Amino acid sequence: MAVLVLADHDGSALTQPSRSTIAAAAKLGEVHVLVLGAAAAAQAAAQVAGVAKVLHSEAEPYANGLAEPVAALLVALAPNYSHLLAPASAAGKNVMPRVAALLDVQVISDIAGVVDADTFVRPIYAGNALATVKSADPKKVITVRAASFDPAAATGGSAAVEAAPSADDPGLSSFLGAEIAKSERPELTAARIVVSGGRAMGSSENFKIIEGVADKLGAAVGASRAAVDAGYAPNDHQVGQTGKIVAPELYIAVGISGAIQHLAGMKDSKVIVAINKDEEAPIFSVADYGLVGDLFKLMPELEAELAKK
Amino acid sequence: MKLLVPVKRVVDYNVKVRVKADGTGVETANVKMSMNPFDEIAVEEAVRLKEKGVATEIVAVSCGPTACQEQIRTALAMGADRGILVEHDGVLEPLAVAKLLKALVAKENPELVILGKQAIDDDMNATGQMLAALLGWAQGTFASKVEKDGDKLKVTREVDGGLETVSLKLPAIVTTDLRLNEPRYASLPNIMKARKKPIENVKPADLGVDVTPRLTVLKVEEPAKRQAGKKVGSVQELVDKLRNEAKVI
Ligand SMILES: Cc1cc2nc3c(=O)[nH]c(=O)nc-3n(C[C@H](O)[C@H](O)[C@H](O)COP(=O)(O)OP(=O)(O)OC[C@H]3O[C@@H](n4cnc5c(N)ncnc54)[C@H](O)[C@@H]3O)c2cc1C
Repeated sequence: MAVLVLADHDGSALTQPSRSTIAAAAKLGEVHVLVLGAAAAAQAAAQVAGVAKVLHSEAEPYANGLAEPVAALLVALAPNYSHLLAPASAAGKNVMPRVAALLDVQVISDIAGVVDADTFVRPIYAGNALATVKSADPKKVITVRAASFDPAAATGGSAAVEAAPSADDPGLSSFLGAEIAKSERPELTAARIVVSGGRAMGSSENFKIIEGVADKLGAAVGASRAAVDAGYAPNDHQVGQTGKIVAPELYIAVGISGAIQHLAGMKDSKVIVAINKDEEAPIFSVADYGLVGDLFKLMPELEAELAKK
Repeated sequence: MKLLVPVKRVVDYNVKVRVKADGTGVETANVKMSMNPFDEIAVEEAVRLKEKGVATEIVAVSCGPTACQEQIRTALAMGADRGILVEHDGVLEPLAVAKLLKALVAKENPELVILGKQAIDDDMNATGQMLAALLGWAQGTFASKVEKDGDKLKVTREVDGGLETVSLKLPAIVTTDLRLNEPRYASLPNIMKARKKPIENVKPADLGVDVTPRLTVLKVEEPAKRQAGKKVGSVQELVDKLRNEAKVI
């Protein structure tokens, strides 16, 4: 039986975590992708390597990704599929457990590995342990930790795009609006380099110091929970156990102590740099390169040094 | 309106968990246990709704071993009115908990159930959505703001690019994110008062729910350890290493 991926997109292309989910799904069977919204995104999905078929719907109830109608649609499609997957994004985490319960199966959240069709590896306790779990359910409903799978290539495929059937909209909720920050910087979960600031930044004004270095590197900007709670950075910048999970080539943690909840979101980065004035800070225990000192002195120096070629 | 607030007993967030030597799970004996932090936020939100006159009664529920009474007492000390313990000693997966809660919803008829978005032990992020599905209710997950809006509930949600706002028909499910509120500490007089508040005890069988797990844990391992690297002496040295040794910039 084929497997179905519910993909996130930006109106024209699938997100990188969605392509990672397609890569995970490819280990389980022939991959079909469900795209809700813009037709351009469905066309883009058809190009992704390894995709055999794209199901597309522009129907109104799905436009804003409301969990109730999207889950109803997935349940209507479920008989044709052995596995239903989505990235462990805000959208996937919202919808997939609902789908699982409607199918009377236990959702398998945030998988970091596929062992076989029934068996998956998933981090627990903020990534301090990895559990290998085998599902006894007849169908698997899964969210995928994108950072653990190399994304399928954006091109190379040539799948057919078909209209998805429609399911009854339960009509339980409505979308009122969104405040989505526009940014020229790369998306946090897709960036090759991430520069994150912590509580030590002291203000949103001071976060410009992070942005300056990030822009020299073409990097995304992240933050610790403490920085987000204090209002120095927006909520979607939070990296960690209960924020975003990232695994870039380079992660630079600035004025971040390295609490387990933060490490959970970035310790799989290839190279980690820590800048902190406390040489005992736990962040140094995971850092490849540590620089001890005052960030307000070191970060401008770093920006200047990066400007030299 | 009446509120139901489920609370989970978990290993305290400050504990560095250790994987058991035999690979069957993590060490939980003699480890500090607490209420899941997201559930504290859920209790706090419920209490604030009651203080605003929106909620009339708050029922705190915990599913698990007898010791979960401690977490129910904490919720009662924060301001919940009474408790229900669904006593069970084995593993309870989110689907099973959602089924237990559905059975309690049928008995209690709350108009709103507020849950934490995620338990910090299994990190599943699922029970609220699963309960909403089983009840056929609307869900407002990862909430950073909850307002009663006539006969609807307006929920601001933390999503990937920022925030979005949805309107839910009641009854509904809300799951809490970190920025919804800052939970209060229970005062000593309230802790004393909480001792007198009633906690009802039921078993999954009393509720007619089969809680057999669907997932078998084959093994639990420690993730690969990262080696601490070296300290560099200057910004120049750092940039040189990143360019010429790690080759990442
Ligand atoms: C349920 C729950 C979920 C959580 N989820 C997350 C999560 O997803 N992500 C997350 O990040 N956290 C999370 N946390 C919070 C986590 O426990 C820590 O509180 C948080 O990560 C600390 O942020 P911080 O490192 O910025 O602040 P602090 O721990 O206060 O560290 C600040 C650091 O800055 C350094 N410093 C200060 N001034 C300077 C200076 N001038 N120059 C250089 N260095 C300086 C200090 O030495 C210190 O190491 C969660 C907590 C709970 C309970």
